[in-house]
Amino acid sequence: MANHDTAPVLDIQNLSVKFRMYDKGLRQSELQVISDINLNIKAGEIVAVAGSSGSGKSLLAHAVLGILPKNAMVSGSMKYCGTELTPAVQADLRGRDIALVPQSVSYLDPLKKVGPQVQGLYGTKEQQSQVFNRFELAEETAEKYPFQLSGGMARRILVSTAVISNAKLIIADEPTPGLNPEIAETTMKIFRDLADEGKAVMLITHDIDLAFLFADRIAVFYAGTTVEIAPVADFIRGGDALRHPYSRALWNALPQNGFKPIAGGQPYAGNLQGGCPYAARCSHCSTECTTAKTIKMQTVRGGEVRCCHAT
Amino acid sequence: MHLAAYIGRTLIRGVGLLVAVVLVTFVLVQASPIDPMEAYVTAENPVSQEQRDAIAAYWGLNDPPLERLEKWVSALAHGDMGTSMYYRQPVTEVIRVHFMNSLMLMAVAWILSGFFGFVLGVVAAAYQHTRVDKFIKVYCLLIASAPTFWIGLLILMVFAVWLGWFPLALGTPIGKEAAAVTLGDRLYHLVLPALTLSVTGISQIALHTRQKLIDVLNSDYAVFAAARGETKWQIVYHHGLRNILLPAVTLQFGSISELFGGSVLAETVFSYTGLGYVAVVAGTKLDLPLLLGIALCSGFFVFVGNLTANLLYPLIDPQIREGMTHE
Repeated sequence: MANHDTAPVLDIQNLSVKFRMYDKGLRQSELQVISDINLNIKAGEIVAVAGSSGSGKSLLAHAVLGILPKNAMVSGSMKYCGTELTPAVQADLRGRDIALVPQSVSYLDPLKKVGPQVQGLYGTKEQQSQVFNRFELAEETAEKYPFQLSGGMARRILVSTAVISNAKLIIADEPTPGLNPEIAETTMKIFRDLADEGKAVMLITHDIDLAFLFADRIAVFYAGTTVEIAPVADFIRGGDALRHPYSRALWNALPQNGFKPIAGGQPYAGNLQGGCPYAARCSHCSTECTTAKTIKMQTVRGGEVRCCHAT
Repeated sequence: MHLAAYIGRTLIRGVGLLVAVVLVTFVLVQASPIDPMEAYVTAENPVSQEQRDAIAAYWGLNDPPLERLEKWVSALAHGDMGTSMYYRQPVTEVIRVHFMNSLMLMAVAWILSGFFGFVLGVVAAAYQHTRVDKFIKVYCLLIASAPTFWIGLLILMVFAVWLGWFPLALGTPIGKEAAAVTLGDRLYHLVLPALTLSVTGISQIALHTRQKLIDVLNSDYAVFAAARGETKWQIVYHHGLRNILLPAVTLQFGSISELFGGSVLAETVFSYTGLGYVAVVAGTKLDLPLLLGIALCSGFFVFVGNLTANLLYPLIDPQIREGMTHE
């Protein structure tokens, strides 16, 4: 068990995900949607994975759980408490040791009462009652169908599905959009509590403000890769405390920091040509940024960044 | 009680439907180019003009059409559908006897096509993109594109003519007294027409079930179930079946009308003396009372099928249940 105590709960090394696609007729092509991600999450920690839509955040969650579509090819290494996550191991851990908190009530079977759904394959009625108790859900809620839940109730039900499993790693996929600020904050507090109990939480979100308040570290995603992973304090300070031009631009785009939009758009995964994916929109772009085959993550001032010019 | 109100409303609509069916049938009969006299009096047994006049008077052919309809409807109010011109028996009796034959045929076909259609659809969806799926899909599309009577002829050729396993035609053995006909005889004669009807009914249900289950397997809740450790078949069992039950029930009960149409063709091919066969006789001989009676009965049957499906919905779907009680 010694290994299990020291190893991060989730340790991702050089993870890449490609999709095999058919172009025209029988011509196959590969679409790289996640490239070369390094990310670890320790027990007791919330790591927010932030980035715009289409940056590959949800695919990362599906890759960890091993529920990517059949035409996906995964390379690199993912370790759970020191154990390599092979498809067989993933199948065994899903729903028991690694739990997903989905985005909305549409992830619940519309024709099944929520009680049995929270129990899932491995939970019992007693465990479900305990979890409901913890989240102040009335016992009768178990008899309701998903469409009868209010927004706040639905949120707590979805979290319940993860908590009942006693999983060490909880992956929350966009748990807050569409919620009013109060419920969103309550939801985030639940994740903070879970982390404080010793669980590792991967919080996939584009609600960076909430991540500021509750996460320990933030990993910024751009075009399928991490461009910066840094303690949340750096993101709160912003500006020069950050290491990657995109993180800075993201920070400047926040309403309270000037609401400055970033010109251009995120490149489509199929159009990536090596070099820095942000090069086209970057004001510091040099020839090195576009000619380098890959740009490695490097440690700068206690955070990790994928940029040639980071100091 | 909302359910009672619902059933009441639906029954009123049902009566309207039946009135419409009778009216349309009547109008079509009036528009038909067939002369019932010519259809009845064949060249083999010529009759004199006096006899013709007598028959016409007996049938009421010379009465104004509306008067004939009125007569039939007022008789219907007393539970009498008139007398068949061709069979020279009360229509109710003709329908009763033949309906029992058809009922057996249709019930067997209905259950078989429903069951196998559902199973094939589920298997195809679960094995989507594999050879199993492709095979089932191609089979279903082939069958769906082939006319019922043609499939009936093929089955007749293979199993009755070439292999000789089953009788060529009729619902009972030829030359056997009606009283001596056993249940075994009837079932033996039922096999091929029932097979024809089932085979053609399967594809519709299988293709719809397949598509519905594929939708479910691609749904958010199926992804989440997978993320919680459920295997594909566990997802199919826990979430798939329940969620495709509603469309399956709609389809299954909706297929009753198609079954009626199909049975007319299948019964004709196999000379199986059921209601479909009688319907063809009534149509070609322009037997007005019999045709009206059959239209009314089949309309009622289809209506009951759809009503049953509607009554089953709230049992399956809690959202519909809630909608009904809050209405």
